[in-house]
Amino acid sequence: MSDHVQTHIGEGLTAFVTFSVADHYFGVPVSRVQDILTPDTIARVPLGPAEVRGLINLRGRIVTVIDVRTRLSLGEADISGPRKCVTVESEGEFYTLLVDGVGDVVSLDEVCREPNPATLDPLWCDVASGVFRAGDRLLVTLDVERLLNIRGKA
Amino acid sequence: MDDLLNEFLTETNESLGTLDVELVRFERDSSDVTILGNIFRLMHTIKGTCGFLGLPRLEAVAHAGENVLGKFRDGELPVTPDAVTLILKCIDHIRKLLADLEAAGKEPEGSDSGLIGEINAIAQGQSVSPQPPPPGDGDAPLFDDAGFPVAAELLAEVAHALGPQPVTFAPSPEAAAASPAEPVPAPVPLAPEPVAPAVKDAPVAEARESALAASSIRVNVDVIENLMTLISELVLTRNQLMQLQRMQKSGEFKVPLQRLSHITSELQDGVTRMRMQPIGNAWAKLPRIVRDLCVESGKKIELIQRGAETELDRQVLEMIKDPLTHMIRNSADHGIESPAGRLAAGKPATGTITLEAYHEGGHIFIRISDDGRGLDVARIRRKAIANGLASEAELATMSEQQILQFVFRAGFSTAEKVTSVSGRGVGMDVVRTNVERIGGAIEMNSTAGRGTMFLIKIPLTLAIVSALIVETAGQRFAVPQINVIELVRAGSRSSARIETIKNAPVLRLRDRLLPLVSLRALLGMGEDDSARDRFILVSQVGAFTFGVVVDRVFDTEEIVVKPVAPILRGNPFYAGNTILGDGSVIMILDPNGIAGTAGQGQAQLETAAAKAGEGDHRDGGPVSLLLFRAGSKELKAVPLEAVARIEEVEAASIEHVGGRPVVQYRDHLMPLIALNDGHRWKEEGKQPILVFDKDGRALGIVVDEVVDIARDRVAIELRSDREGLLGSAIVTGKATDLIDIEHHVNRNFSASFGMDAVIPGEAA
Repeated sequence: MSDHVQTHIGEGLTAFVTFSVADHYFGVPVSRVQDILTPDTIARVPLGPAEVRGLINLRGRIVTVIDVRTRLSLGEADISGPRKCVTVESEGEFYTLLVDGVGDVVSLDEVCREPNPATLDPLWCDVASGVFRAGDRLLVTLDVERLLNIRGKA
Repeated sequence: MDDLLNEFLTETNESLGTLDVELVRFERDSSDVTILGNIFRLMHTIKGTCGFLGLPRLEAVAHAGENVLGKFRDGELPVTPDAVTLILKCIDHIRKLLADLEAAGKEPEGSDSGLIGEINAIAQGQSVSPQPPPPGDGDAPLFDDAGFPVAAELLAEVAHALGPQPVTFAPSPEAAAASPAEPVPAPVPLAPEPVAPAVKDAPVAEARESALAASSIRVNVDVIENLMTLISELVLTRNQLMQLQRMQKSGEFKVPLQRLSHITSELQDGVTRMRMQPIGNAWAKLPRIVRDLCVESGKKIELIQRGAETELDRQVLEMIKDPLTHMIRNSADHGIESPAGRLAAGKPATGTITLEAYHEGGHIFIRISDDGRGLDVARIRRKAIANGLASEAELATMSEQQILQFVFRAGFSTAEKVTSVSGRGVGMDVVRTNVERIGGAIEMNSTAGRGTMFLIKIPLTLAIVSALIVETAGQRFAVPQINVIELVRAGSRSSARIETIKNAPVLRLRDRLLPLVSLRALLGMGEDDSARDRFILVSQVGAFTFGVVVDRVFDTEEIVVKPVAPILRGNPFYAGNTILGDGSVIMILDPNGIAGTAGQGQAQLETAAAKAGEGDHRDGGPVSLLLFRAGSKELKAVPLEAVARIEEVEAASIEHVGGRPVVQYRDHLMPLIALNDGHRWKEEGKQPILVFDKDGRALGIVVDEVVDIARDRVAIELRSDREGLLGSAIVTGKATDLIDIEHHVNRNFSASFGMDAVIPGEAA
């Protein structure tokens, strides 16, 4: 990757767990991530919000699975293989973000953070906290709280 | 230091709670030295700890209280209600100081000389006036010895209090005689360790107490909660291991696994028990409340407590604390009459409120009964009409007990003016809501002049409930067993059959028509497959009984209820979620929510037509109506709820008795009426009949055909002057006559049959 991407966290650097959804490249601060897992069986919640894929059992805790595709209106998943989950915590509750694949943990310099482009989908503007130029790709960083604020969206 | 202070706050608050109870007990039986020993020791500990922690204000107040208690103990002061009230006041004041201390982290500024003066006046007042110095003198050096800076200030206050007071009370000879014993309390503050001296005060009580203290420890609630979660996890892991073992051929793990299983179960048991607390903890404040009420109102009330040792989950305990307090206050305030009133009614002057708790079949029952005046049915009746909860006609058909249940209705009791009229039932709806929230139920029974009885049934624990695991559309759900009163299998191999009237499924269950809710349809999981056998969970919410249709029923399982994530909380159908023994996550259904959203909850149970007829201004919720034709092509409707059954009889079996058509029905004669005059009775074929119940007697209304069951909001468009017709309304898009079923039923019963209308075996 480029020289902006470093492996050690230093001054002005933030570490992100990166993941991909429908060819887009996202990151959430590593400090927010509790766990990364491959979901086994997801129990559906009838009549739940569309973004809530269901519930999983994470070592005795019930964790709500949020489908990032649905959340960001990226359409139905076309991959049949196992998907990954990035577990985050918010107000004492555990949520896990269902994504296509999980990448490396990268440390990015805050100076590389660009504000959301004005033309970005309003839905994305709401949940994205900025865009990083990470080498040859663009990394959209997500605000976990706003990503989980599903009812507020309605 | 902070930790020390925190511990002190918790401990002292606890001690104060105990003090309240003990004092009231003591007041009743002032000869019991053990109780007094307890009280004295508690107060003394508070004082000692305050001194130790450097809290001069608290210490001063506690010291003054202790002084009086010491004199009670030494027999220098007679135990009078005034004195006890003052001690209670002292405790309240300490409590207030503690609250300030907790909020601010340090003792608030200010002086308590007023209260201390009062207390000291009591302490000193009845001793012979020249005697007062001894306690001061006795105490002062001790304080000095211990190096407490408060002593001087305290002494000043004591002296100040002594000045004007001695003449107020007549010196009593025995107090004077006893006064040489004054120095007895003196050794108490001597020891630097605050707790130790208590041994000298009440050796017996202290020995018991210290044994208790050694055998129990204080544990943070979070630790227990955490442990509980871990245990659930352990149970799951155990279950998985057992599953694996069953698939293995070799049996080498069998024995250790069994052992593990056994230990896990015991561990689970133990932790569950750890969360249990005696219900007496929730009662602790009640004697004080009753006592205060007695003093205020001049009533005489005895509070009898039974089964205080009955244990239940601390979470449940918290939830019922307030309702219980409320109900006891109600009983004492409104239920029990004044002593004069009681004597006039031929009852003993002292009223009794009995509070009783016991275990029965996985539930805790709490019974609160008083021997007071009972609820005033006439007033409740008037109020129900005034509040628009029921019409005169509806009330006429209700039994007294049914009318009494109105006190549980929201809107009946919340308004202040209602209280003054009904005199009873303030916030009973809140009580009911609280009890139902924890999966409990409340019943009430009242006899005018004899008293009122409430029976509360609550589950042992909220955390672990026994649930029925069911399946619908390939997905499993848990239903708390407490909500399921019956399980019915419907299908080809069973006599029960799900019938639909238009799209509304119903089930004939013995003598009633049970409305059904399809779980599939409710949760948007597709249509029911009518070819398959299905199961119906008969569930009761309040007075409303309904059935939930599911595909399959598995066994019951003990589940740990966990609240759903905030994102999912808007959905009323779920009471929580849980992890089953096999590790899968499932949703727990909430029958209360299902009943409510199915629109047929208790709130909407009011007879539809009457409700619509009298209250256009109110937002009548949707009601279920049975649509039928009788005599003409027009649609007619009655509230489905009023219909007991729909029957079909052979027209030929209709007989006539006394010029009236009757049919033999369940070994009784059931009168039949037609809604229109000049009805032409069928000679042959099937005759559909709507059966209505009144006071256990059945009445049939002959109809041409039953059309449908509709759910709709009903607003009467055209009122009718015709008897027996409430008016016309639009029901599911069609003009429909609303039949005043009360009118027909009442007219028929009163006009044709009089008193005991049912004479079995009279048929021709």
